Amino acid sequence: MDFNDTPEEAAFRQQVRTWLDANATRKSDDKTSIRARVDDPELLKKAKVWQDKKAQAGYARITWPKEYGGLGGTPIQQVIYSQEEANYLVPLGFFDIGLGMCIPTLMAYCGPEVLGRYVKPALHGEEVWCQLFSEPAAGSDVAGIRTRAERDGDGWVINGQKVWTSGAHYSDYGIIITRTDPGVPKHQGLTMFYIDMKSPGVEARPIKQISGAANFNEVFFTNVRVPDSQRVGEVGQGWKVALTTLMNERLAVGTPAGGVDVDELLELARDTELEDGPAIRNASVRGKIAEWYVQSQGLKYTKFRTLTSLSKGQQPGPESSIAKIVAAPKMQDLGAFAMELMGQAGIMTRDVPGAGAFQQQWMFGAGFRIAGGTDEILRNIVAERVLGLPQDIRVDKDVAFNELGKK
Amino acid sequence: MNFDFSDDQKMLKEQVRKFLADKCPMKVVRRVLDGDETHAAEVWAGMAELGLMGTAIPEAYGGTGLGPLELCVIAEELGRACAPVPFSSSVYLVTEAIKRWGSEAQKKAWLPRLADGSAIGTLATSEGPQAPTPKSVRVSFADGKLNGIKVPVADGEAATVAVVLVNSGGTGARSLSLALVDLTNGGVARTRVATVDPARKHAQITFSDAKAELLGGKGKGVQLLNELYDGAAVLFAFEQIGGAEAAMWMGRDYALQRQAFGRVIGSYQAIKHKLADVYVKTELARSNAYYGAMMYAEGGADLPIAAAAARVAATDAYDFAAQENIQTHGGIGFTWEADTQFHYRRSRLLALAIGGPTAWKEKLVTRLERKNAA
Ligand SMILES: Cc1cc2nc3c(=O)[nH]c(=O)nc-3n(C[C@H](O)[C@H](O)[C@H](O)COP(=O)(O)OP(=O)(O)OC[C@H]3O[C@@H](n4cnc5c(N)ncnc54)[C@H](O)[C@@H]3O)c2cc1C
Repeated sequence: MDFNDTPEEAAFRQQVRTWLDANATRKSDDKTSIRARVDDPELLKKAKVWQDKKAQAGYARITWPKEYGGLGGTPIQQVIYSQEEANYLVPLGFFDIGLGMCIPTLMAYCGPEVLGRYVKPALHGEEVWCQLFSEPAAGSDVAGIRTRAERDGDGWVINGQKVWTSGAHYSDYGIIITRTDPGVPKHQGLTMFYIDMKSPGVEARPIKQISGAANFNEVFFTNVRVPDSQRVGEVGQGWKVALTTLMNERLAVGTPAGGVDVDELLELARDTELEDGPAIRNASVRGKIAEWYVQSQGLKYTKFRTLTSLSKGQQPGPESSIAKIVAAPKMQDLGAFAMELMGQAGIMTRDVPGAGAFQQQWMFGAGFRIAGGTDEILRNIVAERVLGLPQDIRVDKDVAFNELGKK
Repeated sequence: MNFDFSDDQKMLKEQVRKFLADKCPMKVVRRVLDGDETHAAEVWAGMAELGLMGTAIPEAYGGTGLGPLELCVIAEELGRACAPVPFSSSVYLVTEAIKRWGSEAQKKAWLPRLADGSAIGTLATSEGPQAPTPKSVRVSFADGKLNGIKVPVADGEAATVAVVLVNSGGTGARSLSLALVDLTNGGVARTRVATVDPARKHAQITFSDAKAELLGGKGKGVQLLNELYDGAAVLFAFEQIGGAEAAMWMGRDYALQRQAFGRVIGSYQAIKHKLADVYVKTELARSNAYYGAMMYAEGGADLPIAAAAARVAATDAYDFAAQENIQTHGGIGFTWEADTQFHYRRSRLLALAIGGPTAWKEKLVTRLERKNAA
């Protein structure tokens, strides 16, 4: 047992480090800069520049084949790159949905012309993609969407509304799941398209989140014309296509980087006075720190177990499915607890220890427990796929979509 | 990155698993629980034949000269089987203590016999319902003689040799030492005590001028015990994880078969999500335990932190798995007839064996503080 790189992995790590050193700045230890960075209005622009640099060096998607601008590398090389990149101050996060979910879906279902046109600009950060799945009436149950696509000559016309679409307001393209046949049970009448977000009839309206920021949107589609060539997969096979996307989503969603964790909490507890002395001397504070530490380490070493499988060229086990179930509530709880340590001032978001990072963590934690599959849906997945327990009863299974709720 | 057991270690694990499935099914656990025997002697004999007790004992002392990683995989399987054998007392604790701190004569006297299972060791620290501290430990060592009462002592009736936490005179932490006692000599009286897990019998041992020798130097009891517990915590963690997984699958199997309100209870989310939570805790524990195992095997500086984290996570996982297994079973789960009891009992036994979760959380944070200050 060891964490050592193989000689090839070590060589790759060295190569990555050399490149990063030449092209990026190492992270300072200054915690307050996280906040300034997140609030930077130029962030997207900077992220695009960085993405282009990475793509030119082949690091933008290491496992993709060279013909698509990847490095033709292994998953473990991708991980090594990400580990190293995490030590540098680089703007990330805008391309994960596109490169992690949308483009892989296109790769699975579209021909060479489509891929020749869209993959490269996405990889270089020139074009940003979003995922148009959730709707007001369908989130967890995303097969229940209502946005219609209807045949019109050799194309389609889309009408309806999506919601919670992250990044729609700055995205160039999106993949959209639509209902093409309401006369069959819900999973059977779906079809996937990709869509130009600047098409006439598409309107993205940012939604102000609980955190005050507006990263997600409601998106309205009014008689939006889409040529049939933008169909992804067969008509009526949209659910199968969506599953490809969602599978990639589960692989892509991890713990958001740059947050505060146990080390920061420990530091806070050391510096904070409670009624009976420093917080770090309080037994219940210590108990909580221990519990979260064990969770953090558990997730870290679970990832290492997965990496070991990848490193040996094996399929990772189901253990990676626990990550978000643990990480999201922990983010929320740890943030809330840190706020409590600050006393009544814990409600303040600027002039407090961590410059508001704990408060922000507590806020975002609430969303992280929902985005990309809620706590409850993920538990269902573990129960069904790992433990082999039965699916929930589905009263809508064999009923035509347009007959649902009529009884 | 090679954060996994080797193929040989996995083979050993498979071998032990098969052996226990064959020789130590739940009805053997039940037999020991219900009966008078101190442990399942035939299982112990079979384990001796496989050389399991000598796993981490050097060949020069009659062992097979493997190491902590092999012990980890064995521990996990013993936990899965709820095995009614004195392995943790004899191997994780006493063998390790003698290996580390025994004189050459002590090693020669005991290690070969511990390796072949003809001797059974036990660690005796507790003196009733409080933590054994310099203030509370009364069992005294003076002039080569031991006096006082230890209770409860795990596998205390079956044991032939004990490592005992004693007051050897002086004040504060320096007043405690470890002593090695041949329990087959005179001056040792043992009676069985009632516990929540009679599948691992516990005893009260009364020492009356029993002959003893110090182990590892006078006044070092606290320090040595802490060191001993770090390695043992990793092994106990694997045993707990084996138990947690067994309890999880027991609950899952029952949930697939039991019907209520016209469908199997495993189709209700309250049951599905509960079992998913057991899985999550067990995987968190396993990942922490792997790191503990790695640190134990390489004698890494991070062992004290890794061991404490493994211990905290594994105790949480097994306690939760065992208790929710009963809950999943409903009324039948609360009966003597059901096998759910074995894990419920064992989980508490293991949770308290070398200090409970609250104490280990405290150790963990103390060690984190020290590390962060360094
Ligand atoms: C920050 C953020 C970013 C997002 N970005 C995107 C995006 O880019 N693109 C996109 O398409 N979507 C996005 N979403 C939407 C997200 O996928 C959905 O919000 C999520 O799937 C939940 O759906 P819902 O909001 O409709 O809640 P609902 O599905 O209505 O759920 C409400 C509650 O009911 C529970 N529930 C629902 N079904 C079950 C069940 N079967 N068993 C038990 N409990 C159940 C849920 O767990 C939840 O607690 C984002 C959401 C957030 C918060």
